[in-house]
Amino acid sequence: MVPITTLHYLVVAAALFVLGVIGVLTRRNVVIVLMSIELILNAVNLNLVAFSRMWGNLHGQVFAIFVVVDAAAEAAVGLGILIAFFRNKETINVDEIDLLKW
Amino acid sequence: MNPAINSGLNSATNVLPVATPYFFYALAGLAIAGGVLVIMARNAVHSALALIVTLLAVAGLYLMLYAPFVAAVQIIVYAGGIMVLFLFVIMLVNIDRAAKDRRFNRIWPVGLVAACTLLALFVSAFVKGKALFPDRMMALAEGSNTQEIAKYLYGEAGPLGQYRMGQYTFAFEIASLLLLVAILGAVIMTKKKI
Repeated sequence: MVPITTLHYLVVAAALFVLGVIGVLTRRNVVIVLMSIELILNAVNLNLVAFSRMWGNLHGQVFAIFVVVDAAAEAAVGLGILIAFFRNKETINVDEIDLLKW
Repeated sequence: MNPAINSGLNSATNVLPVATPYFFYALAGLAIAGGVLVIMARNAVHSALALIVTLLAVAGLYLMLYAPFVAAVQIIVYAGGIMVLFLFVIMLVNIDRAAKDRRFNRIWPVGLVAACTLLALFVSAFVKGKALFPDRMMALAEGSNTQEIAKYLYGEAGPLGQYRMGQYTFAFEIASLLLLVAILGAVIMTKKKI
């Protein structure tokens, strides 16, 4: 069996990233769009940790932890916006969020 | 280094890690299957549960990359914190109507084509840049140098903390400021009247 290399992890991360992009671009439910963004951030984290392993230092892991912090902040703010929007418009569909469109 | 750990590892030097590729393929398959479910599920709660599966599988991949601290952070912060937040919000907004709606927007073929283009870009980058990825650290993971692995396994939370309080002090403080701003923003936006 082929030993697992960095490239294997990169391929998995690329697949997760593309799945997240598909979710962001095609789903209508805002909650699922936000979850797809989490998927993208996870793919990036997997890349960072794999490269950290490849070079044998810990900088990539530190960076991955900062990305997790960012993801937490983004989820909190995004879901706050979603709650405020749902209170005003009674919908969570991306299509119907067009207040800034003219 | 702790001599007990050292001798324990030395006695196991001849034992190669068994079935590492199988674990990798199982975890990778689980992660990708969860990701597909996240974007395909009709019900947002099912999406959230599939995302938890993906997060746990990725945490397993972190463990395979000798990053136990990142794996622990992944489970505690993501699966424990962020996903609970997501589930709360899904329960707050009405799921009945959203579950009956169309899942995808009208221009979904365009999005799919764009994502497939991105995938083609990734694949071409990996094919062309294959030589850029030396596999020396990966070869080490297959059990040739147990000392190095022990350093990774047992001496990791220490060095990671030193980084945090050493050259990354400023970034760490900025991250705490970011979290504070995010908390304030979330509270203010969610309040009915300020």
